[in-house]
Amino acid sequence: MSHAAAATSSASRGTPITRSSRDRSERLVKSVLLSFALLSVVTTFSIVAVLGIEAWGFFTGFPDKPGIGLVPFLTGTEWSPLLGGEQKFGVLPLVCGTLLVTVIAGAFALPVGLVTAIFLSEYAPPRLRMVLKSALEVLAGVPTVVYGFFALAVITPALQRVSDAFGTYNALSAGLAVGIMILPIVCSLSEDALRAVPQSLRDGSSALGGTKFDTSVKVVLPAALSGIMASFLLALTRAIGETMIVALAAGGLAQMTMNPASQVQTMTGFIVAIFTGDAQANSVEYASSYAVAATLFVMTLALTLAGTAILKRFREEYE
Amino acid sequence: MTDAPHVPVARRLLANRMFLAACVLCTGLAVCVLAVLIVSIVLDGVHRLSPDFITNFASRKPDLAGIRAPLVGSIWVCAICALTALPVGVGTAIYLEEFAKRGRLTEFIRINISNLSGVPSIVYGIIGLTAFSRFFGWRSGAEPIEFGSPESLLYLRLPFGSSVLAGGLTLALVVLPIVIVASQEAIRAVPNSLRQGALALGSTRWQMVWRITLPASLPMVMTGAILAMSRAIGEAAPILVLGAPLLVLETPANLMSEFTVLPMQIFNWAGRAKASFQEIAAAAIIVQLTVLMSFNALAILVRQRLQAPLQ
Repeated sequence: MSHAAAATSSASRGTPITRSSRDRSERLVKSVLLSFALLSVVTTFSIVAVLGIEAWGFFTGFPDKPGIGLVPFLTGTEWSPLLGGEQKFGVLPLVCGTLLVTVIAGAFALPVGLVTAIFLSEYAPPRLRMVLKSALEVLAGVPTVVYGFFALAVITPALQRVSDAFGTYNALSAGLAVGIMILPIVCSLSEDALRAVPQSLRDGSSALGGTKFDTSVKVVLPAALSGIMASFLLALTRAIGETMIVALAAGGLAQMTMNPASQVQTMTGFIVAIFTGDAQANSVEYASSYAVAATLFVMTLALTLAGTAILKRFREEYE
Repeated sequence: MTDAPHVPVARRLLANRMFLAACVLCTGLAVCVLAVLIVSIVLDGVHRLSPDFITNFASRKPDLAGIRAPLVGSIWVCAICALTALPVGVGTAIYLEEFAKRGRLTEFIRINISNLSGVPSIVYGIIGLTAFSRFFGWRSGAEPIEFGSPESLLYLRLPFGSSVLAGGLTLALVVLPIVIVASQEAIRAVPNSLRQGALALGSTRWQMVWRITLPASLPMVMTGAILAMSRAIGEAAPILVLGAPLLVLETPANLMSEFTVLPMQIFNWAGRAKASFQEIAAAAIIVQLTVLMSFNALAILVRQRLQAPLQ
């Protein structure tokens, strides 16, 4: 896009506006728009500054209380900030809870979402595709608190019917609900990636005698892999940051476990517990929520950056 | 390519059929989940729906409880969110697509926006609490500064506290990346020939944007805006961090009023053990989903009605 021609074009004769006043208002508009764009940068800096400063205080200590230390925080395996007795601030149980829920969600949503995407993109007739896509759009628009309710009211009772091991709150129920929540993300983004593969590749595969399965899985799927991976990472980012479902269905006990039937507390679940509980605003446990939020932010940022990098580096270009 | 393993045709055809079965199974599973979700919620809550449920305030007695405060609160928050996030978001998109030169700053802003869209909404809640509710600790412990009288609509109190204004601004942060990205796509979809025509006739960049690009992209921009707003009214986590009270017995009177929103009310009710609270939670979900469906329908309508074919 070259606009050199516009910049040097003669001033309009039809309007009495002088060129210099036009240039001035043009500059004004441009700087207003730039300031809007910079607001998003300011937001990022605020996030980093607020979380960074508060977490730093939590690690190194405030004038009136000792710090927890970064290494004990990141490597500690006990998290008991609210219970009476000794407060322990090792973040690993919260990370473990988050990972358990995310792994369950991913184990459900990634395969189901990908296969559904392949079906939508490669197999489904246009009519059916439209109906299914609008059903997915409905799923995508459902607020996450609704999935939390669904986990408590439907998934957990169903699990309890299968096995006595499941309590009212358990990681599997929350994980499945999170999986349902991220399913439309995996599905629609993977489908976009699959549909972006040029038709000529499919035609070539068919002409060589490939079945529909050969074409879809051995030709189209590898060609769309970068987009599919990016959709997986985005979905997992959402799963890690999901709050309302785990706050309702996962429970409130931070523990190091990979048992899906036990209750777990995630990082987001702990933040909710702090802000809905009666922790004093200057207490250590309150400050710990900023450190947990900073950990969460770093994890999601890393996943987002990885997704962008995969899209950039491994994108297959076709004419 | 002669060393490719030889697979008998019959096996390949079997694989083909089995994969199709897997496809249908997975898609069916996704559709079933949606069906079970909607049916179970409707069965749980539909008998609790009544005019009183809409017009009553929340109550400790589930039979008397209603959703008046959260419903009106959601409307307030959504309006504040729209009035702030849409101009800023569309403006950012216009800057990036029409004004920005390729360079470090532009690239940085772009990457920054894509990263912001991955930030969990509860983190935005913490930022909203710090920035809007507390002004980064400014005057903490001191009495807030007031402007105007509490009876007036324009009453202002600094810092904002757990007010409906703080809630709306926080949600604006959450949806801003969505608005920006949707608007960017809309503006990019406008054919370049229209821009070149406007510029060739001597219009300035802004005149071109205001009279040509923006009108041409408006349907898509509006569709994106509506979807962003439906995200905003479904968010509970940021509002929860801001500290919406459990029991709100009045609707907001001005920007500084305390408030709650529909998803928060659903969260409060769904978390209680008593079955009757589960039922009114389901009823509130039905209302919430109805609002969201009408937002979606509106988006589709806008897309179809206003989308004049270009070129």
